[in-house]
Amino acid sequence: MSNNLRFKTSKFIDETYRVSFKFNNKTYFGFKGDTLASALLANGIHLVGRSFKYHRPRGIMTSGSEEPNAIIQLHDNSSRTEPNVRATEVEIYEGLVASSQNCWPNVNFDIGGINNLLSPILPAGFYYKTFMWPASFWEKYEYFIRKSAGLGKSPKVADPDIYEHKYIHCDVLVIGAGISGIMAAKMAAKNGFKTLLVDEKSYLGGSSIYDNSEFSKINNQITSSWLEKEINEISKLENLEIKIRTSVAAFHGYNFLLARENLTDHLPINQRENKVRQRLLKIRAKKVITATGSIERPLIFDNNDRPGILLSSAIKKYIDLYGVACGENNILFTNNDTAYETAMSLIQRGIKINAIIDNREQIDSKISYEVEKNNIEIYKGYTVVDTYGYRRINKISIMKLSKDGQTVIGDKTKLNCDCLGVSGGWTPAVHLFTQSGGKLKFREEDQVFIPNVYPSDQISVGSCNGDFGLEEIIRNTLSSIKKFLDIDNSEYKTVETISGLNQSKRNIWLLPSDKSIGKTKSFVDYQNDATAKDIKLALREGFRSIEHVKRYTTTGMGTDQGKLGNMHALGIISETAGSKMGEHGTTTFRPPYTPLTFGTIVGRNVGEFFDIFRRTPIHDWHVANNAEFENVGQWKRAWYYPKDNENMHQAVQRESKAARDSAGILDASTLGKIDIQGTDASEFLNRVYTNAWSKLAVGKCRYGLMLNEDGMVYDDGVTTRLGENHYIMTTTTGGAAIVLGKLEDYLQTEWPELDVYLSSVTDHYATISVCGPNSKKIVSKVIPDLDLSDEKFPHMSFKNAKIDNIKCRVMRISFTGEHSYEINIQANFGKSVWEKCMEAGKDFNITPYGTETMHLLRAEKGFIIVGQDTDATLTPIDLQMDWIVSKKKYDFIGKRSLYRSDTIREDRKQLVGLLTENPEEVLEEGAQIVADIKKSPIEMLGHVTSSYYSPNLKKSIALGVVKGGKNMLGQKLIIPMENKNINVTVADPVFLDKEGERLNVKL
Amino acid sequence: MFLINCPFCGEREQSEFKAGGEAHIVRPKQPTELSDDEWAEYLFMRKNIKGVQFERWNHVHGCRKWFNMVRDTSNDQIKAVYKMGEKPPVK
Ligand SMILES: [Zn+2]
Repeated sequence: MSNNLRFKTSKFIDETYRVSFKFNNKTYFGFKGDTLASALLANGIHLVGRSFKYHRPRGIMTSGSEEPNAIIQLHDNSSRTEPNVRATEVEIYEGLVASSQNCWPNVNFDIGGINNLLSPILPAGFYYKTFMWPASFWEKYEYFIRKSAGLGKSPKVADPDIYEHKYIHCDVLVIGAGISGIMAAKMAAKNGFKTLLVDEKSYLGGSSIYDNSEFSKINNQITSSWLEKEINEISKLENLEIKIRTSVAAFHGYNFLLARENLTDHLPINQRENKVRQRLLKIRAKKVITATGSIERPLIFDNNDRPGILLSSAIKKYIDLYGVACGENNILFTNNDTAYETAMSLIQRGIKINAIIDNREQIDSKISYEVEKNNIEIYKGYTVVDTYGYRRINKISIMKLSKDGQTVIGDKTKLNCDCLGVSGGWTPAVHLFTQSGGKLKFREEDQVFIPNVYPSDQISVGSCNGDFGLEEIIRNTLSSIKKFLDIDNSEYKTVETISGLNQSKRNIWLLPSDKSIGKTKSFVDYQNDATAKDIKLALREGFRSIEHVKRYTTTGMGTDQGKLGNMHALGIISETAGSKMGEHGTTTFRPPYTPLTFGTIVGRNVGEFFDIFRRTPIHDWHVANNAEFENVGQWKRAWYYPKDNENMHQAVQRESKAARDSAGILDASTLGKIDIQGTDASEFLNRVYTNAWSKLAVGKCRYGLMLNEDGMVYDDGVTTRLGENHYIMTTTTGGAAIVLGKLEDYLQTEWPELDVYLSSVTDHYATISVCGPNSKKIVSKVIPDLDLSDEKFPHMSFKNAKIDNIKCRVMRISFTGEHSYEINIQANFGKSVWEKCMEAGKDFNITPYGTETMHLLRAEKGFIIVGQDTDATLTPIDLQMDWIVSKKKYDFIGKRSLYRSDTIREDRKQLVGLLTENPEEVLEEGAQIVADIKKSPIEMLGHVTSSYYSPNLKKSIALGVVKGGKNMLGQKLIIPMENKNINVTVADPVFLDKEGERLNVKL
Repeated sequence: MFLINCPFCGEREQSEFKAGGEAHIVRPKQPTELSDDEWAEYLFMRKNIKGVQFERWNHVHGCRKWFNMVRDTSNDQIKAVYKMGEKPPVK
């Protein structure tokens, strides 16, 4: 490996600070200030990866976030491993470990490279065409595709780093600290605007900060020197906050932006402990100034993807900023003047340039004359038609372009090189502008899209606005910022510039070749291996919209979102289709601008904060008593309490038997509770429930069903009249918030005349339900002062009581069909009252039961669970609950819908009971119900909604919905399962104690 | 993300609010007098226009109040917010 690639001239590289790092298991050295890419190039390494589809060798192509090829895995097999990292953005540190992706067994010999030879059978849309049919084969194809494709490996253990989110509010946000961003930030801050300036790089100044050429000067100073003084000045401004290593990921409406601030990624791993790694900034800016610069375009010709082919501007940056030569025998290939700046940077350091290939016939700029003076051969009006060299470019062949640029003429000349710099002009980085909803316009003269209509208080300045020359960048930045901020003083007296460049360009989207297009591989999207040929094929096959072509060819769908090649894709489409640029749409750039880590996105919401849950006041008791939990909404509810290695079935059988034989206790604290007060409370309940409420006496409870306006059951629960104008409503656990929201909606918007106030009190009370034939004895021990006689305290009534002087409400209501009491007490006393009940019930084998037993017990009684037995397509009539729908009330929510032509159909699905022929056979919930299995296709009549083995009835019971089920009592139906058909009989959904005698059972 | 000027609380992030569909649809006072078609018109038919739209919003993670909003759906510009029962201040 040659040693003369590093030039000790850059002030951005600290040559006294040597850094060792590993790449593909070999140790290399770089300097502090290097990126992984610059350090690899200084070691003569171009080949860093393999392409996605054809596994072609690929090298470092750019020097920034637009990099499509040099995508690497950091710290493989460690907790900090990260895939798909751009080597051009990684600042090296001691101990960095990087490896190539998408190649096996290694980057130099990659088995997948055979795809390159097979490429004639891997055209655009190959995956769609081949793998979509027959569908049953997909699993087999997928295995091979997944194995051979895939970019990088995800980490297998928890991320040890800390991330956080932060809100920032500012008057002016400036995105990009290049020359126009620096000027804009200074003007804003000096004029009293609270300003934030962000840049994705580790330094300020953009590409001008290493512009040391005699050919561009500001106020008679070298550009970089002038800019350094400016940076020095603004870094002292009080009104200005500057954040480097901060990349704006998303620009949303209303000037809301997301940015990722990188805080520790450039530090050695052992210096990162207890520091925040990345911060997601949520920025609200009154005004936004976008100064994101521009990205150099590659040129599209045959085999334009070999390692050693870089953007010309990247070669300039590597030598000027990092002091690294990308090659020793360079050729530049261009259609505009900027490549000559690269040439001058190389010439100044004595790095050899073999030739410059320029598409243009006429070149007339000071800088090009200067290059010519250095005896460098310039092939004017020529194009590259092919390149050679497998792991590194070693030759190119060139031909003369015809006058119209559509074909090549004359003889082919071969030229040697080890590095080819390409420059196809510049594309304004309008990604963030378009994300914000901005509309672009196409500028014909130099074939660029530039900002046209701003959707919010924002402006674009500099080359992202289509100003490319130094003089016009400065002039236009000054004038438009003055106008945008409405200020008189620009802070700049006179700024005079000198530039040796002309803005002439000969734009040819797809350069011609002596071969037919079918025989070329001219890459448009390097990362996804999409070629010009693929795009033309897509057009031939009838795709027109850019969004369709994009998906069909996968152009622009890599992690770089086609930052380099999208313009060429559009250009080739418009040329081939004979339409205007932009006529078929421009692709939409979606956030994030560069990929974000999951850590940044979730911030501190990890571990127990990822998906927070609610605990009842009695939760700790359940934990201590071995409960298994289930999630209901955000709640953790005790599911069952296994004893001595019981499985769930055994535990539930024991719990439900105990509840009916003696006593059970349930934590019902999660039920939604809404306090309703006001002189119109009764009238309000009349309107929201299907049954009548005005005659409910104080101290009484009533079960109610709530419908949507479409007549479908929506929630249910018991509501108690606590006083003349005071009710407490209970809702289902999952429905509490939605019910409250819906009630508020009606109160505020439809019936504002009603005097009713609603408050959620779910969290204020613990609710303990004691049920079973011995429940009365137990409750009388807990609340001795309360008269529990059936005369004084009948079913469906309520009493205020006290336990140890603490007020509580006791309801005699039942969801199990057993004699039962519900004690509601201030939440913080919940656990002690629960323990009191346990103590009092000791002699009666009081058994705590969870939600599973609760479901079984209520199913024995045929009580529905909204959301399990119903699914927003069932009316109360469908549920055979006609009794709860008031015939007398003029109106209630959903009433009118109950006699729409559709809701009165006889053959709607209706709730029925199901009994299996074999009483031991338990149905699967969700199983289909049919009548005739010989018919083809089999008609599905409905499905099983609830199914259990009842230890009390000693048989399997189930609820289900069946078309016309109401009139099918006694009829035989079939539940077809994978290996058998189960015979069932339609039954009454109330399986146990239809007369309700257990409610008043006396022991 | 919008900044919404709740008529009761002032400017807040969109994440505190919930959209509630088209505004100024009044629940019929006498639903039983309506034909199936008339009831269906109230129940199901909602506009979804590109352009200026009148909407209901709820400050669900704030004051819990419902209010109305005039929003241009083509560019998400909020033209006005006003309380329930009030007439739209813009056309
Ligand atoms: Zn509010």
